[in-house]
Amino acid sequence: MFAYTIRRLATLVPVLLGMTFIVFMMIRAIPGNPAQLILGQQATKEAVASLTKRLGLDQPWYTQFIDYLTGLFTGDLGVSLKTNVPIAQEVWPYLAATMELAFVAMVIAIVIGVNAGIISAWFQNSWFDYTAMVLALVGVSMPIFWLGLMEQYVFSIHFDLLPTTGRDNIRVPVDPITHLYLIDTLIQGRMDQFAEVVKHLILPGVALATIPMAIIARMTRSSMLEVMRSDYIRTARAKGMKMFWVVYKHSLKNALIPVVTVIGLQTGLLLGGAILTETIFGWPGIGTYIYDAISYRDYPVIQSGILVVATIFVLINLLVDLLYAAIDPRIKFK
Amino acid sequence: MKKSLLTLFALMLALSLALAGCSSGGDSSKGGDDGKVDPNNVMIYGRGGDSVALDPAVVTDGESFIVTEQIYEPLVNYGKDNTDIVPGLAKEWKISDDGLTYTFTLEEGVKFHDGEKFNADAVVKNFDRWAQSKDGEKFAYYGSMFGGFEGDEGHVIKDVKADGENKVVITLNKPQAPFLKNVAMSPFAIASPKSLDGDKLSKEPVGTGPFKFKSWKPNDTIVLEKNADYWVKDMPKLDGVTFKVIKDNSSRLNALTKGEIDLMDALNPSDMKKVSDNGKLQLFERPSMNVGYLGFNVEKAPFDKKEVRQAISHLIDKQAIIDNFYEGTAEPAKNPMPPSIAGYNDEIQDREYDEAKAKELLAKAGMEKGFEMDLWAMPVARPYMPNGQKVAEAIQAKLAKVNIKANIVTFEWGTYLEKVQKGEAPMFMLGWTGDNGDADNFLYTLLDKDTIDSNNYARYANEDVHKLLVEAQTTADEAKREELYKQAQVIIHEDAPWVPLVHSKPQLAGASKIKGFVPHPTGSQSFADVSFE
Repeated sequence: MFAYTIRRLATLVPVLLGMTFIVFMMIRAIPGNPAQLILGQQATKEAVASLTKRLGLDQPWYTQFIDYLTGLFTGDLGVSLKTNVPIAQEVWPYLAATMELAFVAMVIAIVIGVNAGIISAWFQNSWFDYTAMVLALVGVSMPIFWLGLMEQYVFSIHFDLLPTTGRDNIRVPVDPITHLYLIDTLIQGRMDQFAEVVKHLILPGVALATIPMAIIARMTRSSMLEVMRSDYIRTARAKGMKMFWVVYKHSLKNALIPVVTVIGLQTGLLLGGAILTETIFGWPGIGTYIYDAISYRDYPVIQSGILVVATIFVLINLLVDLLYAAIDPRIKFK
Repeated sequence: MKKSLLTLFALMLALSLALAGCSSGGDSSKGGDDGKVDPNNVMIYGRGGDSVALDPAVVTDGESFIVTEQIYEPLVNYGKDNTDIVPGLAKEWKISDDGLTYTFTLEEGVKFHDGEKFNADAVVKNFDRWAQSKDGEKFAYYGSMFGGFEGDEGHVIKDVKADGENKVVITLNKPQAPFLKNVAMSPFAIASPKSLDGDKLSKEPVGTGPFKFKSWKPNDTIVLEKNADYWVKDMPKLDGVTFKVIKDNSSRLNALTKGEIDLMDALNPSDMKKVSDNGKLQLFERPSMNVGYLGFNVEKAPFDKKEVRQAISHLIDKQAIIDNFYEGTAEPAKNPMPPSIAGYNDEIQDREYDEAKAKELLAKAGMEKGFEMDLWAMPVARPYMPNGQKVAEAIQAKLAKVNIKANIVTFEWGTYLEKVQKGEAPMFMLGWTGDNGDADNFLYTLLDKDTIDSNNYARYANEDVHKLLVEAQTTADEAKREELYKQAQVIIHEDAPWVPLVHSKPQLAGASKIKGFVPHPTGSQSFADVSFE
């Protein structure tokens, strides 16, 4: 297991290197000169030329790439062209915001998605099954923009239950320590603020959870159906075991393996795909950070931001692979 | 799934009720760090983007200026709702007869937020910082408003000297008529001399303004608190201002409706009715200081023919565009600058919508059979152009009536600007929001032959216009200047390098409790005298 983990970690290096290269080249394929965008419409031609030079953008791409890689190996993610701040310094608050939101979304998606899938499989071809699967299909194709605004309208404005936007009450803001507000407010013993933070997480959490929830429900259902048709389940039922135990104890464990894969993939996707949710809910996360950087042609932020997200993505996948072993010892690592 | 959705609904309901029980909005349990600030007397301003930096001298974007406007002050200010010059940190000034020497008398007893004294030396140090940097990248506005930097041939400012503690003398190399209007711009606000050492100013701004910087969570909030030692009596009235980024216009309005924010900019014109129907909200209208236009690249056929440009001018139904896409919040434009600016020529007769006349002009140019061309449509919403794509479609339909086939082309915004600047677009939509309320900032900046390759995207060059505009730049006599600009507009109208489309009035929405807020035409204003009822 230890050797396997090491081996898997080692394979990450070429994956990340390849990814760094692809992102690096793709960004430079977008037309539009960062120097012009940074200096704005007022800039003179000379100023644009001089900034282009200072940023090293007049160098051949391979020189720029080697410089960037050399920096990466020393932990230097580059300096944001827009704010002039080292990215390693400014990226964490954004990442923390998105991680907190993605975590809550995944909890919602897993709890509801897995259970909906189980019940659908249990009562296969019932009205519940049909309704659930139609809703799951709707969930996958639901535009988050629309869903987010509808949530705000219904739960914030109409019923006045939850806040519309942001991570905390703007009038009584959280003092960040770790930038994970759930933890920060607990450390500070501010239960009132903790409650505020939870309230702010619900609507964007549900919006972000919708798609993975639907995918997890469908995956759980089909996986459960397959397991429930197997011999040992039939035996268990023949012995007169209660259906609840058959489903939740015997079937679920085996059915969960492919579901865990999906959960792993979806968690990674959430990190990068939170842009729409973050835009609608005024959430200062990594999605909007990278998106802003793209419209500003802030090359270092785009490439390092994507690199950070991609690293987390592959680490989650590694974790998923390792989890297999825990769920099902039959899986042998080679 | 349906059951689970119901469960989710019930769960959220239960959770929110439980949470609502354990906390309330303006919770006073926050003891310690600042007991004086009443959170309910802090105005929350919702906006679409974050500031780039908090040093006004190095930024060029409106989102940065709206914040620095609260922290810093320039020597002279604009009027409350216009661009007339009124006293700022300088209580009075004298201009020599030759227009070359400006003597400013400064307010006394003013202190920077860090406790440093505001005086003539502080002013000199700020001007020196800009001029001696010779850094067009960093101080882009200084370079463009004052003709470069110390030692440059076109540099307008010869020197800035302290005359005692409270007098500053600025001597110019040549007269610059809009000099005071330039000095009043946000980028030329005065920062504490102590803060100028190093590069801290972008993150830790120190000015003399009504509010002091407290904290900045990037892409989220910037918190300012009241400057208790502010030199203007009984100001500011609020305990603080917090700027909150909510990118989506509809979400921002939702947050305002819920009371989470108190004021928001960039209201969708289509949401105006929602605001006016809501008793708890009010609408604000920013006076227009912009122009949205349809430009021709006059170097490209067939737009190198004046008749073709004039013909197209007769095919644009401006009022219909305003009614359909601006919800009426704009006025049709006939000149390249808005009527609020001195020198506007109201005698110009706009080209009416007239297909017959257009056909006649096309025939004159030998294009009676029509032609095919690319119409570049703006990909982003701007105050002067809320929906470029739709406006382009409306124009396309009208052009089709005289057999002009317009293919709508668009690019991502950064690319769009760059390509238009390079002259790749034959006919394009764009606009401009004025910086300082001077005609020079529209006519010279956008249509002089000197600014081809810069902001003169139409690549329009006319010697007569150039002569008039350059003369106006150095004429101190206001009446004479206005006359020069009026003449220039006559020639520009005849040459038709643009079809001026609209001067829009950007809409803001706020809670009805807000008093004393007057949106300024430049796009940002101090909140010193804003209060809550």
